[in-house]
Amino acid sequence: MMRLLNLAIRNLYRHRRRTALTALLVMTGVLAVLTFTSVSTAFKSAMVGSITDSMLGHMQVHRKGYLASIENLPLHLQIQPKAMQELEAALEETPGIVAWSPRVKLGGMYSDFQQTTSVRVNGVLPAREIATCTGLVDRIQEGSKAPLERGQIWLPDLLARGMKVGVGDTGVVVATNLDGAVNGMTFEVVGILESVTGPGGRDAYIHLEDARELLRMEGSEVSEVAVRVERFDRLATAQDRLAAALAGITNQKGEPALELHDWTKLSPFSSVVRSIDLITLFMQAVLIAVVLVSVLNVMLMAVYERMREIGTMAAIGTRPRMIVGIFLMEGLCLGVLGAAAGIAAAFLVVWVMQMVGVTTSFGRKAELVLDPSIVAGDVLLVAAVVIAAALLASLQPALKAARMDPIEALRHV
Amino acid sequence: MTLIEADNVTKSYRVGELSVPAIRGVSFRVEAASLAAFIGPSGSGKTTLLNMVGCLDRPDGGTLHVLDTDLSGLSRLGRAEFRGNHLGFIFQDFNLLPVLTAYENVEYPLVVVKPVPPAERRERVMSVLESVGIADHAGKYPDQLSGGQKQRIAVARALVTRPRLVLADEPTANLDSATARSIIELMREMRDRYETTFVFSTHDTRIVDAVEVIFELADGAIAETRRQGAAA
Repeated sequence: MMRLLNLAIRNLYRHRRRTALTALLVMTGVLAVLTFTSVSTAFKSAMVGSITDSMLGHMQVHRKGYLASIENLPLHLQIQPKAMQELEAALEETPGIVAWSPRVKLGGMYSDFQQTTSVRVNGVLPAREIATCTGLVDRIQEGSKAPLERGQIWLPDLLARGMKVGVGDTGVVVATNLDGAVNGMTFEVVGILESVTGPGGRDAYIHLEDARELLRMEGSEVSEVAVRVERFDRLATAQDRLAAALAGITNQKGEPALELHDWTKLSPFSSVVRSIDLITLFMQAVLIAVVLVSVLNVMLMAVYERMREIGTMAAIGTRPRMIVGIFLMEGLCLGVLGAAAGIAAAFLVVWVMQMVGVTTSFGRKAELVLDPSIVAGDVLLVAAVVIAAALLASLQPALKAARMDPIEALRHV
Repeated sequence: MTLIEADNVTKSYRVGELSVPAIRGVSFRVEAASLAAFIGPSGSGKTTLLNMVGCLDRPDGGTLHVLDTDLSGLSRLGRAEFRGNHLGFIFQDFNLLPVLTAYENVEYPLVVVKPVPPAERRERVMSVLESVGIADHAGKYPDQLSGGQKQRIAVARALVTRPRLVLADEPTANLDSATARSIIELMREMRDRYETTFVFSTHDTRIVDAVEVIFELADGAIAETRRQGAAA
């Protein structure tokens, strides 16, 4: 094996300019894929973090059927007190969950006594909401960042700007309860919230007890429970555990009373993530094509140029298998060289990006700082893909060399 | 002892729709430890015959035994193994592998074709390099050597596996007279030292003068077989 490697390196060195050009092509492909993957992963993670931390939470629990009608904020599909008690127990006992926040959601009208507009309102327990959506407080553009108290409201900036409402102003929220009765409550505006792309990004916030009073709720029903997990990369595990625990919570008919969804089912941004993943896959396919074409080309040239050498090797008794091995090893070396150079270049580029700092904007969120990094899994995947493609591209020229008639090969000029 | 035994061997090639006979019922014998040559004008079939004896090509008809092996019964892989285990080759253009040094070129068959342990390999390679008088150039690459030196390396590569039979196709065609004479003398010495049989395909009268058996070919058949005393 070492002899084959030695022979392959010498043959590649013999045409060092050609070898360098081919390796450069492969390197460029690897660099493009790894850099794109790194930046897109950083973008996804920044976006997902922004969405989940500032409003959605990592997961949400609803009463069965609520999600299908979530745009209407249906009051008749609240999680009932008994189910809520069991849900609380399940949340406390499920490992990997660090915080959860009950919400009462309602659609109503906001009036500043001169103008009236529709508004979606989240009734929350401020401390629990802030523990679950750790980025919520950062969205307060104006006003105090202290937790909401009763009688206070955080308004989304789109609504506040449109109505020219500021911190310290008062207004009325009017809502219809489950029985069809209309009720209103006065609130003091204590914060203006920056809007965030996605559902819930333009909601107002009030205290949970104010929401219940507004809707004249007597029990402890909630519309949804937002859940935060300890490690986002292990969300699926926590979700499976919680889903298993929720399966035991049933309604009077003995059917599951609750439904659990992670952020991907709650935000349209998951389709953007899928698109980014598709583009990454496409780039990997292009990389494979680049490696296949460049290595195939150079190996075919090598076979044609070295026909007499192949004929000599075959004539003096080199077995066809060994001739295949000689050319496969050359292809392998080209792949390894290109992949190694590409990986090194990608680390360098990502390091420079980290030093310089890369920012992007998403929806209304500008100057979002990205933290690109290259993970071992991506490096191994790209290296494996490149090396496999290089070997595949060398196979046909190698077999061609091994099947060559020694007499014909020796006659080649 | 007979090393090569050909009986009514025929070979033809297809050129388009036509079948062109290259060898027409050739029979001959070559004894062990002798020097023999196929001579004749271009197209007479001498290289075709040498290729068949060298297991690079197969006869269409007749029987051809080399070292008591019927070559027509060997598969492609079997022929490769037979060549590696029993035969040595010397080519007109030397055909050394350019990326290997002189030492490595001679070592190649003992690594890839007929492997032997490293210590024995080194001893055998150095021994044969010394025999052909080129040990001082062991570390040089082919493009750093003269034609005569390259052919000496090629002779060493052919002999290093200790074959019973070495086939040489026009081994002196690309050498000047003095070098050609020295290579012929070298092969005679090697025959004497290792009892290796050399079979040539050649136009070179210096080789013709040096061998013991001459098969003169014309139009694919042996026109004359001459045996002569070994000349210096």
